[in-house]
Amino acid sequence: MLNDTSLSRRAILAGLAGISALVALPRAALALTAEQAQELVNKTVDEINSIINSGKSETAMLGSFEKLFTSYADVATIAQSVLGPAFKTATNGQRTAYTSAFQGYISRKYGRRFREFIGGKIEVAEARAVKSYFEVISTAYLQGEAPFEVRWHVSDKSGKSLFFNIIIEGVNMLASERTEMGALLDQRGGDIDQLITDLKTL
Amino acid sequence: MQGLKISLPGVNLLLAAVLLVGLGLLAGCSGAPGPNGIDDPYEATNRRIHEFNRGLDRALVGPAAKGYGSIVPKPVTRVVGNLAGTLDLPGDIANDLLQLRVADAAQNFLRLGVNLTMGVGGLFDASTAIGLPGKPTDFGETLHVWGAGEGAYVELPFAGPSTVRDTVGTVVDIALNPVRLVLPPREAMAATGIKLFSRVGDRDRFSETVESILYDSADSYAQARLLYLQNRRFTLARGKEAANDDDFIDPYEDPYAE
Repeated sequence: MLNDTSLSRRAILAGLAGISALVALPRAALALTAEQAQELVNKTVDEINSIINSGKSETAMLGSFEKLFTSYADVATIAQSVLGPAFKTATNGQRTAYTSAFQGYISRKYGRRFREFIGGKIEVAEARAVKSYFEVISTAYLQGEAPFEVRWHVSDKSGKSLFFNIIIEGVNMLASERTEMGALLDQRGGDIDQLITDLKTL
Repeated sequence: MQGLKISLPGVNLLLAAVLLVGLGLLAGCSGAPGPNGIDDPYEATNRRIHEFNRGLDRALVGPAAKGYGSIVPKPVTRVVGNLAGTLDLPGDIANDLLQLRVADAAQNFLRLGVNLTMGVGGLFDASTAIGLPGKPTDFGETLHVWGAGEGAYVELPFAGPSTVRDTVGTVVDIALNPVRLVLPPREAMAATGIKLFSRVGDRDRFSETVESILYDSADSYAQARLLYLQNRRFTLARGKEAANDDDFIDPYEDPYAE
């Protein structure tokens, strides 16, 4: 008897907990923690470190960087945000083609920057919540250079925890790519198709 | 000696003029910055100067830096860099004190002592090796600490990206550099030469980055401007939270809200 009531009470409690868990699930599943953000950057940084110290050829390294970007960065959102208003007026076909061209462009460009870190290493220090995202602070140690700071902005708004911005000593990737993409589009008289074609060779 | 006597009043006059003009510009142009926090009322002139600087780099500075980097052995370029860094220390210490940053002043003072002794007169950066890294600063930062606003963005011929405040700072740093004031003219010239070579060495060391901005970007003027302002603000904020908030761009603002 005693057992039964306690069991049923436990069952009810468990049931309640289950329901509230269910209600909270969509949020809970998306709620990124500082640890998870840090873990993502840890994985990213480990891979960067292994790529830059792999002794691979430049082409092979750039290929590895593209893989890294597609697994750990929210490339679609970065691409869209960088193109800005022009993305809104683009057709679905143009959007897809642009995003895929952008993925190659950004991977080559930042892959080349990271390639300059050859012989060095990046260390992750701490993660903290800022507004609606997480900021993970890391330090790059390169041979013969003073150590410098690399910050990663991580969000799970895409449904997965991914980084969407890199800030090296205050220099913001999204801001400088917005400036760059705006200038590239202006040079082509606002022709997105031309921009897509040219991005593949940049 | 005579050269020094003649040149000093000239320098002071120039300094006074630049300070007056600079402070006037600072007062006049503390206005609203545009997108990305950029205040660039002299953009047309700045762009012309940028083209001049780019031409100068393409024709002269870039090739000279490549030559310097490939002909002069690495240990020598490093010694030149170390000497230049040590020569900057007295000025750094003076600025640290003007900023009331006593700990930084002490660290730079220690660096000076260690580098001059263990580092054989500044040839080697012995202090960094024993855990006393450099704390570089300048009079532009001092003006910032004193509360002067950034002022408009300017690109200077030869020197590159700057702001009105940092231009005033650069002029004051050059004119009132303790090393230059203390050394006899010939040694002071040698010190200036070492600094120039060190800058050329930096141009070579960071050549990939410099060239990607100057020659590979669609609008190198806008890229250099953004890069300079962001990095300068980051340096001046010294890791304070306020600066980080400015870094935040939310790319999710509308992407998923179609």
